[in-house]
Amino acid sequence: MLTKLYDWVDERLDITPLWRDIADHEVPEHVNPAHHFSAFVYCFGGLTFFITVIQILSGMFLTMYYVPDIKNAWESVYYLQNEVAFGQIVRGMHHWGASLVIVMMFLHTLRVFFQGAYKKPRELNWMVGVLIFFIMLALGLTGYLLPWDMKALFATKVTLTIVDSVPLMGPALKTLIAGDPTIVGAQTLTRFFAIHVFFLPAALFALLAAHFLMIRKQGISGPL
Amino acid sequence: MSKHNVSRRQFLNYTLTGVGGFMAAGMLMPMVRFAIDPVLSADKGGDYIATKQKVSELTTEPTRVDFSFKQVDGWYESEETNTAWVYKMEDGNIVALSPICKHLGCTVAWNTDKSNPNQFFCPCHYGRYTKDGVNVKGTPPVSPLDVYDTKEKDGILYLGQLKPHGGA
Repeated sequence: MLTKLYDWVDERLDITPLWRDIADHEVPEHVNPAHHFSAFVYCFGGLTFFITVIQILSGMFLTMYYVPDIKNAWESVYYLQNEVAFGQIVRGMHHWGASLVIVMMFLHTLRVFFQGAYKKPRELNWMVGVLIFFIMLALGLTGYLLPWDMKALFATKVTLTIVDSVPLMGPALKTLIAGDPTIVGAQTLTRFFAIHVFFLPAALFALLAAHFLMIRKQGISGPL
Repeated sequence: MSKHNVSRRQFLNYTLTGVGGFMAAGMLMPMVRFAIDPVLSADKGGDYIATKQKVSELTTEPTRVDFSFKQVDGWYESEETNTAWVYKMEDGNIVALSPICKHLGCTVAWNTDKSNPNQFFCPCHYGRYTKDGVNVKGTPPVSPLDVYDTKEKDGILYLGQLKPHGGA
């Protein structure tokens, strides 16, 4: 049944080469943990991506209940966590996954650094990787404010004070992020929400696509 | 042993599909259950709500009765006001009709159409209902007005759940 459906589409659109190109490639011996167990260090990039997928999915589901509004944000988070079935699990996935993604990404970076895998011809991919690192940190930072509890509020005040201390453009930059020169409130919350769920993920997708295209084009770096 | 040999490729395919499916299910199950929670949450049914209407003051002429109740909408609680059109039948039974037109949900009122007196009238598409809430044939509504459960306590009218008009 499924085979027939696939054949029907494939006959018209010739989709086999498309997924073959993505899925069908040999894993070199030096990155296969079945040959050398120490090759597990090559898993951290994939694990980072796996957790990123979980973050995207759980985040999409959380927005079914969450409201980015100073009167309702905390109430809606409390409701989705305590009243909705599996709310604690879904929010827990997003909460713990946010930390885990940073950990995995850090381990991935360490592996690339200590193996010297960033050297020519892979410098561009290292740079894109560093940009992804910054995007991830920004996602963590903007997401931190959204539950709108005391911890979130004061952490954001600290962030904004740091931004404020940037030479020359500090105050303007702070107003741009907070939405108001002095208040950390309604406009800050909506801005952080928009940045967290639209702008940063869009940038992340573009950079991830570049990251993966480059690794497929150049192949994984050789054995040490 | 069995002649149905499983090749190494097949075995790996089955194992990977199984493990992958299990992991995907473990990830998606909580999220899907989370999303469909409103559908599965049991409908609590309604308690009777006290109105300010004295039963002794009801006549055979439909009266507009507004009643307020506390509505819990997820994390948002509010005081809502609904309306019923209430009258006494000849035998003393109380009838409380919902003012929501069964055509497209506008609000009907009693006796507001001058050319069709003593009927409920919907201004949106000229839907009409007789006094007992039955839709007049040839006007847009396709079913009678819904009916509230009613109860009398200490001379005060209480309204319960809204139900489809029985019989008619």
